[in-house]
Amino acid sequence: MTSRKTVLVLGGSSDIGRAAARAFAKAGYNIGLAGRDAAALEPDAADLRARYNIEASTWTFDVLDTASFDGFVAGLPALPDVVVSIIGLLGVQPNAESDLAHATTIMRSNYEGPSLILGLFAEKFLGRGNGTIVGVSSVAGDRGRASNYVYGSAKAGFSAFLSGLRARASRGGVHVVTVKPGFVRTKMTEGMKLIGPLTVDAPVVGDAILNAVEKKTDVVYVSGKWRLVMLIIKTLPEPVFKKLKF
Amino acid sequence: MTLVSGWGRFPVVDSEVLRPRSFEAVAAAVAAVTGSVARGNGRAYGDAAIGAVRTIGMTGFDRVRSFDPATGRIRLEAGVLLSDLIDTFGPRGFLPFVVPGTRFVSVGGAIAADVHGKNHHGEGGFGRYVDSILLRTGQGETIEVSREQNSDAFFATVGGMGLTGIILEATMRLRPVETGWIRERVISASDLDAAMRALDAGDSATYSVAWIDCAARGRDLGRSLIYLGEHACVDELAEGADRFPVGKNPGLAVPIDLPSMTLNRVSIRAFNELYYRMGARRAGGDHVVSLYPYFFPLDSIADWNRIYGRRGFLQHQCVIPEAGARDVLADILDRVAKRGDASFLAVLKKLGHGDGVLSFPLPGYTLALDFPVKGDILNFLDEIDRLVVAAGGRLYLAKDARQSRATFEAGYPALSRFNAIRKSLDPAKNIRSKLSQRLFDEV
Repeated sequence: MTSRKTVLVLGGSSDIGRAAARAFAKAGYNIGLAGRDAAALEPDAADLRARYNIEASTWTFDVLDTASFDGFVAGLPALPDVVVSIIGLLGVQPNAESDLAHATTIMRSNYEGPSLILGLFAEKFLGRGNGTIVGVSSVAGDRGRASNYVYGSAKAGFSAFLSGLRARASRGGVHVVTVKPGFVRTKMTEGMKLIGPLTVDAPVVGDAILNAVEKKTDVVYVSGKWRLVMLIIKTLPEPVFKKLKF
Repeated sequence: MTLVSGWGRFPVVDSEVLRPRSFEAVAAAVAAVTGSVARGNGRAYGDAAIGAVRTIGMTGFDRVRSFDPATGRIRLEAGVLLSDLIDTFGPRGFLPFVVPGTRFVSVGGAIAADVHGKNHHGEGGFGRYVDSILLRTGQGETIEVSREQNSDAFFATVGGMGLTGIILEATMRLRPVETGWIRERVISASDLDAAMRALDAGDSATYSVAWIDCAARGRDLGRSLIYLGEHACVDELAEGADRFPVGKNPGLAVPIDLPSMTLNRVSIRAFNELYYRMGARRAGGDHVVSLYPYFFPLDSIADWNRIYGRRGFLQHQCVIPEAGARDVLADILDRVAKRGDASFLAVLKKLGHGDGVLSFPLPGYTLALDFPVKGDILNFLDEIDRLVVAAGGRLYLAKDARQSRATFEAGYPALSRFNAIRKSLDPAKNIRSKLSQRLFDEV
């Protein structure tokens, strides 16, 4: 099965990570799942093998341990064809306003770690002359809002990093995809009030990621409605915007 | 607390809904309160999958543990949906042996209701293809139950409506198939006798079911379209057809609760007339259809339960033992036609023996009818229940939201045996649903 392409999913235990892994496995890719606890990912790897008759492996990866990144990439048996980062931490905005440690964790989990690891893979891919990088960012990064600007600002930084990386890497045969899912029904959003028509299930995001990789899309709003919603939100003049509570 | 209902959206009741992500969390959720039950994809119509106090949502447990393509044996978590199994393993040449009228049910729910399909008369129900079940009991044990090991618990869990414990995992067998297509034959039957004869003649078919026009009266009473089906081989497919058809996600959706008068005497009669005539024109020769419309005609419309309006609807599904079934069915259909508000989802089919202690099927004819919740419908259904009980029949718990204790106890003579097994697994009755409070538990 050496002819199969491989995808490495960073954040493989998240609902979107699992959905993306299934979408790629169904399309015939071999899958690597990476997360803080590789053993905890084994049931998902077994699920992929049983369903799609592909090879699936698990890897320990901690997005906050940036010192380990070089070793992590060097320790992979082969450079994957595609790397997808689903990693993110919503955190609790009110806590982040006064608890600097919490705010730092949100910023590092959503911006620093994902950017550094994808940047590192991009260097390897550029050296090889091909590969696809997928970063799952957020519509929350399109404009900082009162209710989640710590998370949103980190996602904004991540989106900007991906945008610049895409411009640079495209000249070297490496494609970079930015995914902005909008509301997704997942563990992360459980208990939150989500707006039904703007909310999708994780498998929809998984399919959208696969689709973007195969079609070489640059920026994906999983639901087209979000592109419009964020266009409006981005266009609101600041005097109006700052009065909004959302 | 959250307001929860089944697929029929009646009754709507309070229960705390949890969605644990590990079996440890399931165990903790069950241990913490008295009165939990598991819920799969919420397709039981009434109050079966609503916990007395706490409802344990299981759809997060959607992993396949292992699959052996040599035998079709699969081990999976209880929250895997049949739609997922069909989409994933169909293209590899395997389908569930038994599928109910919707594919959007979980494996755990299908075991708990011991669901039947169009092949029950010959091949039995869902539980027949389940080899073993991993169960978290109400007294806090995690046990594997099978025909060989803890067999009482196994047969009480198949069809036990989730009351023996939380179904965590199961091992079952899938059916090897050459294609995802069904060779279908439609037979039109001008009245009830013809319909029953056609179903009897269809005993040798793998799949058989009748759509029955419950608006037809008099001479036309019981007129039906009978759908027989066999798995199609590769050489029966049209040139260029894929071996396995693509199952589209529901395209149409019912976006809002329609006004409850949308389905009225006139619209139902008109729909049924048209449906019967179109079906009758197709009657005769065989044709090959995708498994999706054959098995799941309503799955193509998302949220179809909303056409009955905000107050919801009731599905009444009874089974009448074979001897004397004809007259009882005629009596029921006549009363239903007089009312005129039963809708197009009327199904008649033959069943064989059930496998579980409380499994619904018994050899005879099952009739399923939908009614909007309004007017004196509850009294009317009580009258129908008296006919069912008098004929030695019973009602399907997975569809039930309103039968009386007396009806239930008369229909399920094995209830005392079930209660004894349940007690041995859960003496404190930690596992309790709204349905068990209504029909099983001491008041």
